[in-house]
Amino acid sequence: MTDSKISIKGLYKVFGDRPNDAIQNILNGMSKEQLLNKHGNILGLNNINIDVPAKQLHVIMGLSGSGKSTLIRHINRLIEPTIGKVIIDGNNIMEMSKEELREFRRHKASMVFQKFGLLPHRNVVQNVSYGLLVQGVDEGEAKERTKVWIDKVGLTGFEKYYPAQLSGGMQQRVGLARALATDAEILLMDEAFSALDPLIRTNMQDILLGLQKELHKTIIFITHDLDEALRLGDEISFLRDGKVIQRGNPQDIILRPADDYINDFIKDINRGRVLKVSSIMEKETMTLGPKIISSTSIEEALQIIVSSNKGLVTVVDAKGKTIGKVTLENAITSIARSSRDKLKKPNYK
Amino acid sequence: MLEFFEEFPEMSRVSLRDFKKVIDSAFRSFSRNNGETIESFFDPILWFLIWFEKLLLNTPWPIIILVVAGLCYLGARSWKLSLGSVLTFTLIGYLGMWQDTMSTMALISVATLLCISIGIPLGVWMARSDRVQSFVMPILDVMQTIPIFVYLLPVLMLLGIGKVPGLIAVCVYAMPPIVRLTNLGIRLVDKDVLEAADAFGADKKQRLLGVQIPLALPNIFAGVNQTIMMALAMVVIASMIGVRGLGIPVLQAIQNQYLALGLMNGLAIVALAIIFDRVLQGYGKRLQKGREGNKND
Repeated sequence: MTDSKISIKGLYKVFGDRPNDAIQNILNGMSKEQLLNKHGNILGLNNINIDVPAKQLHVIMGLSGSGKSTLIRHINRLIEPTIGKVIIDGNNIMEMSKEELREFRRHKASMVFQKFGLLPHRNVVQNVSYGLLVQGVDEGEAKERTKVWIDKVGLTGFEKYYPAQLSGGMQQRVGLARALATDAEILLMDEAFSALDPLIRTNMQDILLGLQKELHKTIIFITHDLDEALRLGDEISFLRDGKVIQRGNPQDIILRPADDYINDFIKDINRGRVLKVSSIMEKETMTLGPKIISSTSIEEALQIIVSSNKGLVTVVDAKGKTIGKVTLENAITSIARSSRDKLKKPNYK
Repeated sequence: MLEFFEEFPEMSRVSLRDFKKVIDSAFRSFSRNNGETIESFFDPILWFLIWFEKLLLNTPWPIIILVVAGLCYLGARSWKLSLGSVLTFTLIGYLGMWQDTMSTMALISVATLLCISIGIPLGVWMARSDRVQSFVMPILDVMQTIPIFVYLLPVLMLLGIGKVPGLIAVCVYAMPPIVRLTNLGIRLVDKDVLEAADAFGADKKQRLLGVQIPLALPNIFAGVNQTIMMALAMVVIASMIGVRGLGIPVLQAIQNQYLALGLMNGLAIVALAIIFDRVLQGYGKRLQKGREGNKND
């Protein structure tokens, strides 16, 4: 617990009149539906507990209405919780004064928005330097410092353009550069790529992953797109009806879905691409076939198995030590599970 | 019983007369006691108005025309408009309306400045608080609909005939649009952009000056524009209480049925209005460059 960068503890958010009375009812065991029917309050977030270690890219996955956008706005307190704590580097955000909160937002956590939130009357450079200007950095220095970020997100040559002159993907690059330019350790991304076309979305995901390899920020990434979640997330929290229903790395989610709801979600996923050989290998210390690293995807492993005549591959760790094997049968079974699931009728509400 | 329905149960004539008398005498004694204090309160504005009018009148006419043409170009970046304003002012001077036009320009400029410097902060304040809005809105409604002569009466009793009452009359009528449109413009600012500003830790001042005012600018400009137009419309009324300018000949024309005189001075007011309008619109549009998404700014 001590090594977590962001720690959300017992967070509840009730919308509507007299939220404090409503929360007492909830704590006394009233259900979400009863609360809505009796008091007209909506329970937006229901006892959220999430710990995010430093430098992790943590995806919060949920459909619309699951409370994910509400949740991310609690981390920089754009929304006040009804009860609960958000602890970042040992400080409870909810106890900060207005000034402390402003300093926190200026230096510690920056945000990227679904609808970009760019200033339409400022050009690309001025938008990217916005965070620095708010910090009080003078315009000349801000301009100098933003150059590197404009370059990193591939906007060089567009400095003088206004947001309205750019495509959606380009605008979100501006949004990303603006968030990175403040050098904040925490990056909050609220459905940052959801408004973009699929191809451009993949492209932006690549940019983000590339930057993350270099920068090692702590990132909270909100999305409703499972492919995106599996592709980006070091860890994923599944949110439904304001509650975290499963938390784990992409392998966990696919191999051990917590309930039918998630199971139904993941059935159309290309498992061969997401699953790593480390998740399905059998323990083995002898080298029996071609060596592959444990982080190889099953899809790639299959190609190697098929092209070799051994019918299996040997799995090695990052140091080259043999740790296991994957047979052709193993590999195929792990992928094929999805089609069997499809026959099952989902029985969640 | 039937009487009750046929005749409205009105106040008796004597008590009604006394009621009016009390109000009248109260205000009269108020103005007798405080008239000078209030008058001296407006002195700085009066001095400024007189100074500006003298400046316009004493500057040689070719310089004025050049300055106007220059301002037109600075504002709207249009040679056509500059040329048009030169021709208009030359024609006005040639037809003997130069002095009156300068007086009117001085009045309108000072009135507009006054309206902007009170109206924009008031609009901002209204946009920040629903309570202030619900309090100020009815006052603005009254300012715009109350017959001008009704509010001129107490002003005249307090300050007598002259430039200041004229200025007040113009401002009361011309200020509501700028207040309303500033309020509206700020309330219409995109919530997503404001949220982004908050997320980056902008304080109140940075929100207002960096986001709200710039994004509300098209509406604020429309308000300034309306204010100038309404101020020009009040020129004739202002001349009735002793303000010099293009209104006085119009008034004479009405009293004596001089068609040509009325038409010429009236058209001079229209010409001023059009020039003011085009310059401001052009300037406002240039401020908005880039927002519409045309790549060649």
